[in-house]
Amino acid sequence: MFYREAGDFSTSYPEDSQTFPIRFDRYRYYLVLFVAIFVIPFTINDYWVNSIFLPFLIYAIAAIGLNILVGYCGQVSLGTGGFMAVGAYACYKLMTSFPEVSMLIHVLIAGLITAGVGVLFGLPSLRIKGFYLAVATLAAQFFLVWLFNRVPWFYNYSASGQISAPERTVFGIEITGPNTEAWATYLFCLAFVIFSAVIARNLTRGAFGRKWMAIRDMDIAAEIIGVNPLMAKLSAFAVSSFFIGISGALFFAVYLGAVEVGEAFGITKSFTVLFMIIIGGLGSIFGSFAGAAFLVVLPVVLKLVGVDWLGWPTDIVAHLQLVIVGALIVIFLIAEPHGLAQLWRVAKEKLRLWPFPH
Amino acid sequence: MKMKLGTMAVAAVMAASPVMADLVFPSLSYRTGPYAAGGIPFADGYADYFNLLNARDGGIGGVMTSVPECETGYNTEKGVECYESTKGEGALVYQPLSTGITYQLIPKATADGIPIHSMGYGRTSAANGDVFSNVFNYPANYWNGASGAINYLMSQGDIAGKKIALVYHNSAYGKEPIRTLEELSKKHGFELTLLPVDHPGQEQKSQWLQIRREKPDNVIMYGWGVMNQVAVQEAANIRYPMEDFIGIWWSGSENDVLPAGDAANGYKALTFHGVGNDFPVFADIQKYVVDAGNAAGAGDQIGTVLYNRGLYAAMLAAEAAKTAQEIHGTADITAAMMRDGMEALEITEAKMAALGLPGFGPEFNVSCANHGGPGLVGMTQWDASAKTWSLINEFAPSDMDVIQPLIDEDSAAYAAENNIASNCK
Repeated sequence: MFYREAGDFSTSYPEDSQTFPIRFDRYRYYLVLFVAIFVIPFTINDYWVNSIFLPFLIYAIAAIGLNILVGYCGQVSLGTGGFMAVGAYACYKLMTSFPEVSMLIHVLIAGLITAGVGVLFGLPSLRIKGFYLAVATLAAQFFLVWLFNRVPWFYNYSASGQISAPERTVFGIEITGPNTEAWATYLFCLAFVIFSAVIARNLTRGAFGRKWMAIRDMDIAAEIIGVNPLMAKLSAFAVSSFFIGISGALFFAVYLGAVEVGEAFGITKSFTVLFMIIIGGLGSIFGSFAGAAFLVVLPVVLKLVGVDWLGWPTDIVAHLQLVIVGALIVIFLIAEPHGLAQLWRVAKEKLRLWPFPH
Repeated sequence: MKMKLGTMAVAAVMAASPVMADLVFPSLSYRTGPYAAGGIPFADGYADYFNLLNARDGGIGGVMTSVPECETGYNTEKGVECYESTKGEGALVYQPLSTGITYQLIPKATADGIPIHSMGYGRTSAANGDVFSNVFNYPANYWNGASGAINYLMSQGDIAGKKIALVYHNSAYGKEPIRTLEELSKKHGFELTLLPVDHPGQEQKSQWLQIRREKPDNVIMYGWGVMNQVAVQEAANIRYPMEDFIGIWWSGSENDVLPAGDAANGYKALTFHGVGNDFPVFADIQKYVVDAGNAAGAGDQIGTVLYNRGLYAAMLAAEAAKTAQEIHGTADITAAMMRDGMEALEITEAKMAALGLPGFGPEFNVSCANHGGPGLVGMTQWDASAKTWSLINEFAPSDMDVIQPLIDEDSAAYAAENNIASNCK
């Protein structure tokens, strides 16, 4: 019934190769975009933005970035927190050095700087694979956090070692600092999410993505059929780090406003983003969104239900949340290794046949 | 799915709205994670005191109080969520008990007009009320603590040429005293060694190995949570003399020394309020809160150092609310009125005695220019056989000649960075 190709004719190659070839799917996508851009900004308040939408959007960018590296190119990385820190500190240095420049540019440059750092730490991936690469990226994580804690230049010699975002604007509208409007920060992050998702989607289904997937599936075979492993791996590190850098910059400047590197970008951050793509689905852009939404919304829902409705003690609910997230990861790994994205695919398949069983 | 969440959240807000008439003192607590050992007693003390006011006095000025608790886990992201979810309930003052969250909330709460009381933590230069209109850190701050420790050492003998090591939590909190100690080391001629310990602080072997090698005459510690217990244990392992080991007030609770047993005997910690449960208010807490079955948490923390600190924080908040009610002539105060009350707060011995807390803390006044109080610092020592802390040095002034210029410099930099106009004119 739904998601059916019947009666949906493509008369040109571009039409045939578009992201959402099924008309129903395409309209659904436009509807989501319409709601996200034209409805949500008018209805949200500070609580919704700061507790749900900003973390969701920002983690979605990070998850897209990591998914390119881990899900598409098969290079396991535990350095996400460190790369987010690079984005955050790059953004901070740019914001304080060039106060008159628009935040849009700062965030993009922060992403580019992170891409450079990512390529640097991606070099070992040419020699080492699998678990060993995970350990090498773990080293990047610890080294970067240590660096930002150690070298005062990065935090402008402030006494506490914290970086805090001063007020900066885009087209005259405040995006960072305490006096921002909920809709402004939301739309700013949403713009980056759409930008990242469209780029990632088109990269992964184009020549680059095919090379990455070839490397992921069997690197020797890929090399034999003519994929350059140097280019493929380093480009995956660069693109992945670019998105992670953008998310780190937004995480610091727009969402938190003040950051302490060890606490905000520690190893737990790397694992959180990794869990997002495992639960969401490796090698899927939709999975990145689903995983980010799941891990951002779940604690809030548990808190609402446990503390505000049932009146349970806060510590029980906090512990329960750890138990539930842990159990879900185990369950997903056993029951659905392809994550929420696979559930979505199965649901689509079922909807296509509905109401008939076959 | 999102729509469902939306309706759920709306319903939750509706369910929570009847409490709006109360005076709301949100408690951003942490009862989980590596810092829970410090977070639990503080949150218990904070909640119990307001419970006591409700049960004994019918609230503050006839209006009941409520203390919605929100678990932050000492994590800044959850802190933001907690702040956003409680500020709509009419929060009067925030006490996040975390320097990281405090840094985060300073600009936000100032923009929202809600005061923050970071008692003995947070951004030290917030003592300058001329710049930080909504942030208070009376009665003492980190720099008072650093200076208090040095003053105490000087009262024990000449410290020129001595070696002092600072073992600190490698975060905004632990880094706070470094500038002050550096200035003091120039002034008094002692040698300062910095030994950072990374979050969460279970790994301290190399730091204590260095202490063992360099044999500093004194060790000062700025630690929190599990880091304290590990440090005291490590100090005991290398047989470092406990009398020469001084912790800041966040490193001086029962939880920090009990795991090391007898080896912790003689460990010292700074304080800015009284210790022990030898105060009349505890009889009231027993009668109105514990016996009524309303004790917060497990109810086993009463009279411990951090419980007392939570109690003290609640007492200062309640007194500020009373002051605000007097200034504005209304019992139902807002956050802005609460701010005025905090700025006009006067704590006298007579007031404390009337509250059942005679001699619990120093007497002080808050003013627009000085949000930091007098900065009087006392010293306590742990007796491992009796399992008690005792005050061995009365509340003494710290070296404001060194601290005040640092406060002025740091707050001026903040004001320039954020274009803040003078608040006190």
